Amino acid sequence: MRINFDEQEKILTLKIEEEIDHHMAGNLRREADYEIQRRNPKRVILDFNNVVFMDSAGIGMVIGRYKIASMIGAKLEMRNVKENIKKIFEMTGVLKIIPIIEEEKENEKIV
Amino acid sequence: MKKSYDNEMKLEFLSKSSNESFARITIAAFAAQLDPNIEEISDIKTAVSEIVTNSIIHAYDTSDEIIKIHSYIKDNTITIEISDTGKGIEDIEMARKPLYTSKAELERSGMGFTIVENFMDELKVESIVGLGTKITMKKVISKEENLLEE
Repeated sequence: MRINFDEQEKILTLKIEEEIDHHMAGNLRREADYEIQRRNPKRVILDFNNVVFMDSAGIGMVIGRYKIASMIGAKLEMRNVKENIKKIFEMTGVLKIIPIIEEEKENEKIV
Repeated sequence: MKKSYDNEMKLEFLSKSSNESFARITIAAFAAQLDPNIEEISDIKTAVSEIVTNSIIHAYDTSDEIIKIHSYIKDNTITIEISDTGKGIEDIEMARKPLYTSKAELERSGMGFTIVENFMDELKVESIVGLGTKITMKKVISKEENLLEE
Protein backbone atom coordinates (compact mmCIF):
# COMPACT_ATOMS: atom_id res chain seq x y z
CA MET A 1 0.00 0.00 0.00
CA ARG A 2 1.31 3.43 -0.90
CA ILE A 3 0.30 6.38 1.21
CA ASN A 4 -0.16 10.03 0.37
CA PHE A 5 -1.39 12.68 2.77
CA ASP A 6 -2.40 16.17 1.70
CA GLU A 7 -1.80 18.27 4.84
CA GLN A 8 -3.75 21.33 3.62
CA GLU A 9 -6.86 19.53 2.46
CA LYS A 10 -6.56 16.69 5.00
CA ILE A 11 -6.98 14.09 2.28
CA LEU A 12 -5.46 10.67 2.91
CA THR A 13 -4.98 8.57 -0.20
CA LEU A 14 -4.28 4.87 0.27
CA LYS A 15 -3.16 3.30 -2.96
CA ILE A 16 -3.64 -0.44 -2.69
CA GLU A 17 -1.16 -2.50 -4.69
CA GLU A 18 -2.05 -6.00 -3.51
CA GLU A 19 -4.60 -8.57 -4.59
CA ILE A 20 -7.32 -8.29 -1.96
CA ASP A 21 -8.24 -11.66 -0.49
CA HIS A 22 -8.53 -13.06 3.03
CA HIS A 23 -4.77 -13.68 3.12
CA MET A 24 -3.88 -10.05 2.35
CA ALA A 25 -6.81 -8.29 4.04
CA GLY A 26 -5.39 -8.42 7.57
CA ASN A 27 -2.26 -6.44 6.72
CA LEU A 28 -4.14 -3.95 4.56
CA ARG A 29 -6.57 -3.37 7.39
CA ARG A 30 -3.86 -2.75 9.98
CA GLU A 31 -1.89 -0.45 7.69
CA ALA A 32 -4.95 1.57 6.68
CA ASP A 33 -6.24 1.94 10.24
CA TYR A 34 -2.84 3.06 11.47
CA GLU A 35 -2.70 5.82 8.84
CA ILE A 36 -6.31 6.92 9.33
CA GLN A 37 -5.91 7.20 13.08
CA ARG A 38 -2.59 8.99 13.03
CA ARG A 39 -3.36 11.47 10.20
CA ASN A 40 -6.88 12.36 11.27
CA PRO A 41 -8.02 13.12 7.69
CA LYS A 42 -11.28 14.68 6.49
CA ARG A 43 -11.37 12.45 3.43
CA VAL A 44 -9.95 8.98 2.90
CA ILE A 45 -9.58 7.79 -0.69
CA LEU A 46 -8.93 4.13 -1.43
CA ASP A 47 -7.25 3.97 -4.82
CA PHE A 48 -7.79 0.65 -6.60
CA ASN A 49 -5.82 1.47 -9.75
CA ASN A 50 -3.31 -1.33 -9.15
CA VAL A 51 -5.74 -3.88 -7.73
CA VAL A 52 -6.27 -6.64 -10.28
CA PHE A 53 -8.13 -9.09 -8.03
CA MET A 54 -10.56 -8.82 -5.16
CA ASP A 55 -12.98 -11.25 -3.54
CA SER A 56 -15.48 -10.76 -0.70
CA ALA A 57 -12.61 -10.09 1.72
CA GLY A 58 -12.42 -6.71 0.02
CA ILE A 59 -16.02 -5.92 0.96
CA GLY A 60 -15.26 -6.51 4.62
CA MET A 61 -12.05 -4.50 4.31
CA VAL A 62 -13.76 -1.49 2.69
CA ILE A 63 -16.77 -1.48 5.03
CA GLY A 64 -14.46 -1.84 8.02
CA ARG A 65 -12.47 1.25 6.91
CA TYR A 66 -15.73 3.10 6.32
CA LYS A 67 -16.59 2.48 9.96
CA ILE A 68 -13.17 3.61 11.20
CA ALA A 69 -13.28 6.75 9.03
CA SER A 70 -16.84 7.55 10.16
CA MET A 71 -15.76 7.36 13.79
CA ILE A 72 -13.36 10.28 13.27
CA GLY A 73 -15.83 12.13 11.03
CA ALA A 74 -14.00 11.42 7.76
CA LYS A 75 -15.57 10.56 4.41
CA LEU A 76 -14.47 7.39 2.63
CA GLU A 77 -14.34 7.22 -1.15
CA MET A 78 -12.97 4.83 -3.76
CA ARG A 79 -11.24 5.59 -7.01
CA ASN A 80 -10.02 3.78 -10.15
CA VAL A 81 -12.02 0.63 -9.49
CA LYS A 82 -11.73 -1.88 -12.35
CA GLU A 83 -14.89 -3.39 -13.87
CA ASN A 84 -14.47 -6.89 -12.38
CA ILE A 85 -14.13 -5.41 -8.89
CA LYS A 86 -16.85 -2.81 -9.38
CA LYS A 87 -19.19 -5.69 -10.19
CA ILE A 88 -18.61 -7.13 -6.70
CA PHE A 89 -19.23 -3.78 -5.01
CA GLU A 90 -22.41 -3.24 -7.05
CA MET A 91 -23.78 -6.71 -6.40
CA THR A 92 -23.30 -6.42 -2.65
CA GLY A 93 -24.69 -2.90 -2.23
CA VAL A 94 -21.41 -1.33 -1.10
CA LEU A 95 -21.73 1.53 -3.60
CA LYS A 96 -24.87 2.73 -1.82
CA ILE A 97 -22.77 3.83 1.15
CA ILE A 98 -19.28 4.28 -0.32
CA PRO A 99 -19.10 6.17 -3.62
CA ILE A 100 -16.63 5.72 -6.44
CA ILE A 101 -15.23 9.09 -7.46
CA GLU A 102 -13.55 9.62 -10.79
CA GLU A 103 -11.56 12.82 -10.54
CA GLU A 104 -7.92 12.94 -9.54
CA LYS A 105 -6.80 16.39 -8.47
CA GLU A 106 -3.23 17.43 -8.97
CA ASN A 107 -2.50 17.76 -5.25
CA GLU A 108 -3.73 14.24 -4.53
CA LYS A 109 -1.42 12.59 -7.03
CA ILE A 110 0.92 10.03 -5.64
CA VAL A 111 4.36 10.33 -7.11
CA MET B 1 -11.74 -46.70 -17.84
CA LYS B 2 -12.85 -44.11 -20.32
CA LYS B 3 -13.59 -40.75 -18.76
CA SER B 4 -16.79 -38.98 -19.62
CA TYR B 5 -15.08 -35.60 -19.81
CA ASP B 6 -12.53 -33.97 -22.09
CA ASN B 7 -9.95 -33.07 -19.47
CA GLU B 8 -9.50 -33.16 -15.72
CA MET B 9 -7.10 -32.17 -12.96
CA LYS B 10 -6.69 -32.71 -9.23
CA LEU B 11 -5.02 -30.50 -6.69
CA GLU B 12 -4.26 -30.92 -2.98
CA PHE B 13 -2.83 -28.26 -0.73
CA LEU B 14 -2.59 -27.22 2.92
CA SER B 15 -5.21 -24.99 4.51
CA LYS B 16 -2.88 -21.99 4.57
CA SER B 17 -4.26 -18.62 3.54
CA SER B 18 -1.32 -18.10 1.17
CA ASN B 19 -2.79 -20.95 -0.91
CA GLU B 20 -5.92 -18.90 -1.71
CA SER B 21 -4.11 -17.20 -4.59
CA PHE B 22 -2.35 -20.42 -5.60
CA ALA B 23 -5.71 -22.21 -5.94
CA ARG B 24 -7.49 -19.51 -7.96
CA ILE B 25 -4.54 -18.95 -10.31
CA THR B 26 -4.15 -22.69 -10.92
CA ILE B 27 -7.83 -23.20 -11.72
CA ALA B 28 -7.82 -20.13 -13.96
CA ALA B 29 -4.88 -21.64 -15.86
CA PHE B 30 -6.77 -24.93 -16.26
CA ALA B 31 -9.89 -23.08 -17.46
CA ALA B 32 -7.85 -21.14 -20.02
CA GLN B 33 -8.10 -24.00 -22.55
CA LEU B 34 -11.81 -23.15 -22.96
CA ASP B 35 -10.74 -19.72 -24.18
CA PRO B 36 -12.81 -17.75 -21.67
CA ASN B 37 -12.99 -13.97 -21.85
CA ILE B 38 -11.47 -11.73 -19.17
CA GLU B 39 -14.73 -11.44 -17.26
CA GLU B 40 -15.28 -15.21 -17.16
CA ILE B 41 -11.74 -15.83 -15.91
CA SER B 42 -12.22 -13.17 -13.24
CA ASP B 43 -15.52 -14.76 -12.15
CA ILE B 44 -13.90 -18.20 -11.83
CA LYS B 45 -10.95 -16.82 -9.83
CA THR B 46 -13.27 -15.00 -7.45
CA ALA B 47 -15.50 -18.05 -6.94
CA VAL B 48 -12.54 -20.37 -6.24
CA SER B 49 -11.08 -17.81 -3.85
CA GLU B 50 -14.37 -17.55 -1.91
CA ILE B 51 -14.79 -21.30 -1.48
CA VAL B 52 -11.16 -22.05 -0.62
CA THR B 53 -11.21 -19.21 1.92
CA ASN B 54 -14.35 -20.70 3.48
CA SER B 55 -12.55 -24.01 3.98
CA ILE B 56 -9.52 -22.28 5.48
CA ILE B 57 -11.53 -20.07 7.84
CA HIS B 58 -14.50 -22.23 8.76
CA ALA B 59 -13.65 -25.88 8.20
CA TYR B 60 -10.34 -26.06 10.00
CA ASP B 61 -8.78 -24.54 13.10
CA THR B 62 -5.22 -25.16 11.90
CA SER B 63 -3.33 -24.53 8.68
CA ASP B 64 -1.95 -28.06 8.24
CA GLU B 65 -5.11 -29.73 6.97
CA ILE B 66 -5.84 -30.72 3.39
CA ILE B 67 -8.10 -29.02 0.85
CA LYS B 68 -8.76 -30.84 -2.41
CA ILE B 69 -9.86 -29.55 -5.76
CA HIS B 70 -11.06 -31.73 -8.60
CA SER B 71 -11.84 -29.90 -11.80
CA TYR B 72 -12.97 -31.19 -15.16
CA ILE B 73 -14.01 -29.90 -18.52
CA LYS B 74 -16.75 -31.26 -20.76
CA ASP B 75 -17.60 -29.41 -23.96
CA ASN B 76 -17.63 -25.74 -22.92
CA THR B 77 -18.42 -26.31 -19.23
CA ILE B 78 -15.90 -26.34 -16.41
CA THR B 79 -16.83 -28.07 -13.16
CA ILE B 80 -14.87 -27.31 -10.00
CA GLU B 81 -15.29 -29.44 -6.87
CA ILE B 82 -13.64 -28.13 -3.72
CA SER B 83 -13.70 -30.34 -0.64
CA ASP B 84 -12.40 -30.40 2.89
CA THR B 85 -12.67 -32.88 5.77
CA GLY B 86 -13.36 -30.21 8.36
CA LYS B 87 -16.19 -29.29 10.69
CA GLY B 88 -18.98 -29.17 8.13
CA ILE B 89 -21.79 -26.64 7.87
CA GLU B 90 -24.63 -27.01 10.37
CA ASP B 91 -27.21 -24.97 8.51
CA ILE B 92 -26.47 -24.74 4.78
CA GLU B 93 -29.51 -22.59 4.04
CA MET B 94 -28.40 -20.05 6.64
CA ALA B 95 -24.77 -20.13 5.42
CA ARG B 96 -25.91 -19.28 1.88
CA LYS B 97 -27.96 -16.26 2.97
CA PRO B 98 -26.53 -12.88 1.95
CA LEU B 99 -24.81 -11.05 4.82
CA TYR B 100 -24.82 -14.09 7.11
CA THR B 101 -21.41 -14.74 8.64
CA SER B 102 -20.24 -16.64 11.68
CA LYS B 103 -16.95 -14.73 11.58
CA ALA B 104 -17.94 -11.06 11.79
CA GLU B 105 -14.92 -10.43 14.01
CA LEU B 106 -12.71 -11.21 11.01
CA GLU B 107 -14.58 -8.55 9.00
CA ARG B 108 -16.13 -11.26 6.87
CA SER B 109 -18.98 -9.76 4.88
CA GLY B 110 -21.18 -12.84 4.58
CA MET B 111 -21.34 -12.35 0.80
CA GLY B 112 -19.13 -15.25 -0.29
CA PHE B 113 -21.83 -17.71 -1.39
CA THR B 114 -23.91 -14.87 -2.89
CA ILE B 115 -20.99 -13.85 -5.10
CA VAL B 116 -20.38 -17.46 -6.17
CA GLU B 117 -24.08 -17.90 -7.03
CA ASN B 118 -23.93 -14.78 -9.18
CA PHE B 119 -20.64 -15.56 -10.89
CA MET B 120 -21.12 -19.26 -11.60
CA ASP B 121 -23.93 -21.06 -13.44
CA GLU B 122 -24.43 -23.71 -10.79
CA LEU B 123 -23.55 -24.09 -7.12
CA LYS B 124 -24.13 -27.18 -5.00
CA VAL B 125 -23.26 -27.33 -1.31
CA GLU B 126 -23.01 -30.71 0.41
CA SER B 127 -21.91 -30.94 4.00
CA ILE B 128 -21.96 -33.35 6.92
CA VAL B 129 -21.19 -31.96 10.35
CA GLY B 130 -17.96 -33.51 11.63
CA LEU B 131 -17.04 -34.99 8.25
CA GLY B 132 -16.57 -32.10 5.89
CA THR B 133 -17.92 -30.07 3.02
CA LYS B 134 -17.94 -30.46 -0.73
CA ILE B 135 -18.78 -27.57 -3.01
CA THR B 136 -19.50 -28.20 -6.68
CA MET B 137 -19.72 -25.32 -9.08
CA LYS B 138 -20.05 -25.11 -12.83
CA LYS B 139 -19.51 -22.40 -15.34
CA VAL B 140 -20.43 -22.47 -19.01
CA ILE B 141 -17.88 -20.59 -21.06
CA SER B 142 -19.47 -18.59 -23.84
CA LYS B 143 -18.44 -19.24 -27.39
CA GLU B 144 -17.55 -15.84 -28.79
CA GLU B 145 -18.90 -15.40 -32.29
CA ASN B 146 -16.32 -14.60 -34.87
CA LEU B 147 -17.58 -11.31 -36.25
CA LEU B 148 -15.04 -10.99 -39.03
CA GLU B 149 -16.73 -10.02 -42.25
CA GLU B 150 -16.56 -12.34 -45.18
